[in-house]
Amino acid sequence: MTQSGKRTSLIAAASVLALALGSTAAIAAETIKVGVLHSLSGTMAISETTLKDTVLMLVEEQNKKGGLLGKQLEAVVVDPASDWPLFAEKARELLEVHEVDVIFGNWTSVSRKSVLPVVEELNGMLFYPVQYEGEESSKNVFYTGAAPNQQAIPAVDYLLSEEGGSVRRFVLAGTDYVYPRTTNKILEQYLLDKGIPQDDIMINYTPFGHSEWQTIVSDIKEFGSAGVKTAVVSTINGDANVPFYKELGNQGIAASDIPVIAFSVGEEELSGIDTSPLVGHLAAWNYFMSAEADENDAFIEKWHAFIGDEDRVTNDPMEAHYIGFNMWVKAVESVGTTDVDVVREAMYGITYPNLTGGVAVMNTNHHLTKPVLIGEIQDDGQFETVWQTPKGVIGDAWTDFLPESKNLVADWTQPISCGNFNIKTGDCSGQNY
Amino acid sequence: MPHKLVPLGAAMRRVACLIAVLAAFIAATGLAAASDFEAALGKLTDKSFQVKEQAIAEIATSGDERALPILSALQAGDLYFVRKDKRIVFAEKLDKGFSITDALTGEALGEVKRRAVRKVSINNRLRTALKSAIGSLELFSPDAEARLAAARSMLVAPTADALAMLDRALTAESEPSVREALETARAAVQAQTGPLDARLAAVGVMSGSMNQDVWRVLGKLVEEGGETASEDAKQVALAASAALESIESQKRFYSLLETLFFGISLGAVLLLAAVGLAITFGVMGVINMAHGEMLMLGAYTTFVVQQLMPNAIEYSLFVAIPAAFIVTGAVGILLERSVIRVLYGRPLETLLATFGVSLILQQAVRTIFSPLNQPVITPDWMSGFYEVNGALSLTYNRLYIIAFSLIVFLALLAVLRKTSLGLQMRAVTQNRKMAASMGIRTGWVDAMTFGLGSGIAGIGGVALSQLTNVGPNLGQAYIIDSFLVVVFGGVGNLWGTLVGAMTLGVVNKFIEPFTGAVIAKILVLVFIILFIQRRPRGLFALKGRAVDN
Amino acid sequence: MAPLPQHATLFQRLFGNTSGKLVLGVILGAAIVVPLLNQLPESSPFHVPTFVVSLLGKYLCYALLAMAVDLVWGYCGILSLGHGAFFALGGYAMGIYLMRQIGDRGVYGHPMLPDFMVFLNWQELPWFWYGFDSFAFAMLMVVLVPGLLAFVFGWFAFRSRVTGVYLSIITQAMTYALMLAFFRNDMGFGGNNGLTDFRDILGFSLRTDGVRNGLFVASALALAGGFLICRFITTSRLGKVLYAIRDAESRARFLGYRVEYYKTFVFTVSAMLAGVAGALYVPQVGIINPGEFSPINSIEIVIWVALGGRGYLYGAIVGAVGVNMAKSYFTVAFPEIWLFFLGGLFVITTLFLPKGVVGIFSKAPSHPLPSLRALLARPAANQGTRPGDAL
Repeated sequence: MTQSGKRTSLIAAASVLALALGSTAAIAAETIKVGVLHSLSGTMAISETTLKDTVLMLVEEQNKKGGLLGKQLEAVVVDPASDWPLFAEKARELLEVHEVDVIFGNWTSVSRKSVLPVVEELNGMLFYPVQYEGEESSKNVFYTGAAPNQQAIPAVDYLLSEEGGSVRRFVLAGTDYVYPRTTNKILEQYLLDKGIPQDDIMINYTPFGHSEWQTIVSDIKEFGSAGVKTAVVSTINGDANVPFYKELGNQGIAASDIPVIAFSVGEEELSGIDTSPLVGHLAAWNYFMSAEADENDAFIEKWHAFIGDEDRVTNDPMEAHYIGFNMWVKAVESVGTTDVDVVREAMYGITYPNLTGGVAVMNTNHHLTKPVLIGEIQDDGQFETVWQTPKGVIGDAWTDFLPESKNLVADWTQPISCGNFNIKTGDCSGQNY
Repeated sequence: MPHKLVPLGAAMRRVACLIAVLAAFIAATGLAAASDFEAALGKLTDKSFQVKEQAIAEIATSGDERALPILSALQAGDLYFVRKDKRIVFAEKLDKGFSITDALTGEALGEVKRRAVRKVSINNRLRTALKSAIGSLELFSPDAEARLAAARSMLVAPTADALAMLDRALTAESEPSVREALETARAAVQAQTGPLDARLAAVGVMSGSMNQDVWRVLGKLVEEGGETASEDAKQVALAASAALESIESQKRFYSLLETLFFGISLGAVLLLAAVGLAITFGVMGVINMAHGEMLMLGAYTTFVVQQLMPNAIEYSLFVAIPAAFIVTGAVGILLERSVIRVLYGRPLETLLATFGVSLILQQAVRTIFSPLNQPVITPDWMSGFYEVNGALSLTYNRLYIIAFSLIVFLALLAVLRKTSLGLQMRAVTQNRKMAASMGIRTGWVDAMTFGLGSGIAGIGGVALSQLTNVGPNLGQAYIIDSFLVVVFGGVGNLWGTLVGAMTLGVVNKFIEPFTGAVIAKILVLVFIILFIQRRPRGLFALKGRAVDN
Repeated sequence: MAPLPQHATLFQRLFGNTSGKLVLGVILGAAIVVPLLNQLPESSPFHVPTFVVSLLGKYLCYALLAMAVDLVWGYCGILSLGHGAFFALGGYAMGIYLMRQIGDRGVYGHPMLPDFMVFLNWQELPWFWYGFDSFAFAMLMVVLVPGLLAFVFGWFAFRSRVTGVYLSIITQAMTYALMLAFFRNDMGFGGNNGLTDFRDILGFSLRTDGVRNGLFVASALALAGGFLICRFITTSRLGKVLYAIRDAESRARFLGYRVEYYKTFVFTVSAMLAGVAGALYVPQVGIINPGEFSPINSIEIVIWVALGGRGYLYGAIVGAVGVNMAKSYFTVAFPEIWLFFLGGLFVITTLFLPKGVVGIFSKAPSHPLPSLRALLARPAANQGTRPGDAL
């Protein structure tokens, strides 16, 4: 290599670095940094932008109260652009370059899976606010959304009950990805255990963003005309819901004929739909905006003031961030440091009032104890709670309804201190960090 | 059918008895009934849905004439109670609160705040109960349509209690279609209990029916004839399954028609999505990656139009169609004059530039309207379906969209063939220099052509807003399909786009029942790839020297 | 095929021009300097964090991918809008190898199956996962699978004389179909989640700085190697035929060249390079999933090339690195509105830099684009039908 080549390469490398590092502030110990890792563009921006705003609101509010440990909180917002590898990259950037103390982020499972190795390696702390398929408990992640036993199982229990219409025939319709696959597997086993014959369970998967529902809805209609009360359990994701519900309405399937209970349709999704044909269809969540509690009223008021729009709704993942953020603040205050290992220990057993009038507890498996609510869609885009578990349900990381997973438990305190401890063999597999 | 007569005769006798009993009942208990009615109404304020269900049954059978409006209001969600004194009221939504009317006395109680009253909530179980309760009350409505609907709704949950009511309605009924529905409903009840021959006869009445509720009743009968069932039930089950069998072959035929309809309607959607691209890409050769965003702009225009005329949603689409054409057409012309004009002769770079434009438009919409989806309301005349029979119902929105897509297509064809603008467009695309020397303002024609293509895409967006999400990603969802349709049909040929869209739609829908939606789509893509090998210039290839480059 | 040139000529061909030397110098220099700077203490102003090393490694993979596209598009006129598929297939081959390296350390502790198969109740490993325990076999698949797909696809398409936009669109259809297929959980590639949670490569933990630096160096070497291969092809006699095909396909055919052979050959080589890029990309970003097959991704690759300068190998590198660096920067600096900048960048470059960024520096390109020659050769076609011109 010639001299000039070497020199140019050095200069080039240096300039590449300068650009890459460009805006990163060198050292900033005066503030406590809160990373926000939600997509602001691409397909997931629809759902995740709101969560970014929620975290910003919570940070602002905490700063009004005087910050944390005498320091101001500083939110570091990045855009992973609904691009899954980019999530890992941005997580690394938040932890290594911006040195954030905690991250609030992710929506889809694949984005969480992508970020997981990074937060584990760099010993970060991530709060994940969305209902998900379970089968995971990482030392570095707190799951503030619902596990399957906090959404799916109670929902089916309700449908089976007399009040829920004594449903005996089920369509499990979902988008083809991990969350619906797991949930439907669990539900199928659960229904078989409950004595529902295999023939009365129809399982159907569609791709992301599916918009041609004619054939499937007509199949559901046909399936529901067998003389037995039929319901649809929907794990259909995001964008595919609007055309699905529109087709239901058009083919004249009313909630009283074949009710649809959804796990991924909340107030925000409904705000993009004309809900009048959907009245009576159901959803299962841990929070509804219509919940009657003082905390909820206050939260809604603050949200409207922050976002500057009285028509904006609140939803379940927002409550999850609300609980997660405040638990983290409480834990940090109690130990006087943001050191991840210390704060994690302080998180266990910590309580904070949820927005539905109860109290959320962080368990040692990194999942919350939360109530489960079943709501019916109203014509104003809100849910009316028609049923509720009498007390909070403990989130279960490993479901008991799958053969491989029923032997596993998660407990991050001594002596187990493992996210996937096999109670049969006494092994803690794959924990090499 | 001879066995039809037996139950009818029996029914006559029973009806006579019933009328006598009913008259006596009403006379004797007039006063008591009124207070019972009020008591039943009071139960509606209870929290338990079971209590409410009881109340509904009591109200429905009370014979009180206030029952129907109250139950209808309950079903529609307009029945409230005052928090303070638990008085049941009809409430009408105002801007900030409600205007309420006492449900018992009809006395107007003025306006109250939103929190002063509480909705009488119902769940799906109650909705079913209400449907049949209201059905039984409306059986005697003076309106034949309402009677028919009521008679049909009696089939939803046929119970023995309804028999008396049905018989009474039958004696009074003269309208043949309503009579038929009533008789089917009565057969559904009779098939469940009673002497064996009456039950078998009832099954006979139901056989051959193309009503889904009847199938449900028959299915239930088959199910009830299991191992442990009585001999009677087994026989009935046998007859019921024979009846279902006879229906099956008819169903198969209709389901074929249904699939065809689905395919054509999917084709219509593809056509609407692609036809604008057939102009900008097919005719002009611009690899227009911003085409999807033109669809999106059309859909957002629909949303804005609906926001501007909230009281005339029914007509909003008729305003939205020209509005979308103008808005997206203007954006198209702007785009052509500012960016694409510079790039003629460098078609590939139009890909790069229009991709950039598509990113900018997406982000613009996200910034202006928020990244959330926007609710576009489907007008009443577009919702619902035309029921050919139980096995085949055609949804109105799809019927309209099929018709609309054809109208748009023909209109576009007419513009290109019959107007002077169309003539100039064809001239310019065929030989620009010659056209220019004939005095055609080629720059102007380019702008108009691109504007036309974009405007048509906007109209497509109006239609899509009725089917799918109106959000920043709408365009992305259709761009690939649009290109596939145009290329499959043959670039530069409008008829190719029509035939291409319909073929792909129908093929997709015929594969879907066998393989599921995902594999169907994959197979269609593979089909396109293979087809292009056979015909490298698409379905309707242009001929002549223009073909090569 | 070109006769084997003499040694001196080969050296000249590969390293003969300044731009080539410069590019190789920069790449290899970076391969040495960046890992060294990474070793400096963090307090040093010249310290390069590991995060940046991986980021740069990713850019290099993209650069190799862009170069592969440039080889077919810039030098042979084949506009492939499906190269992301070859990249992703290479990535999946590597991903499967990395999954096998996890062994029994999955969350369920299953001795044979990866977690997602355990959870989907698969009883045994699907046949197409066999062999991937061996690194050599996996690396073979990294080039063979994309190469074979490209060979079959190209052979049929080029033999049927599918050209121009028709070819572009069926490559889109190909990658779209593959995306849908890989999204299916039943396919055995992890569905939407893809393959992730990798631990080791060749027995070394992926979560160490040493391995990251190693991967970065490997990416740089691969890029340099790819550059030499592309240069070798484009400067050979075969390369001359490729230009001929690009500029006047029919004429080349009438002169007796079997155009489809040349096209298939170069398309296959390009797909293999893309596969290598994908294989190096996966361990550095830690995940491979069907999103990589998305048609939009493939369009983006073409845009890097166009932006950098089509028909210049180093143009592709500049475009890929430049656009991605801009993206990395914008998504942090302007998370809410960065698409305006990126979109604007695309529009402005097209309007004002028709030859891409490298067009500014290079006055006389060594292999002129069709513009001048085509104008002379087919005046009527070029001026008569401005829109709808050749791709």
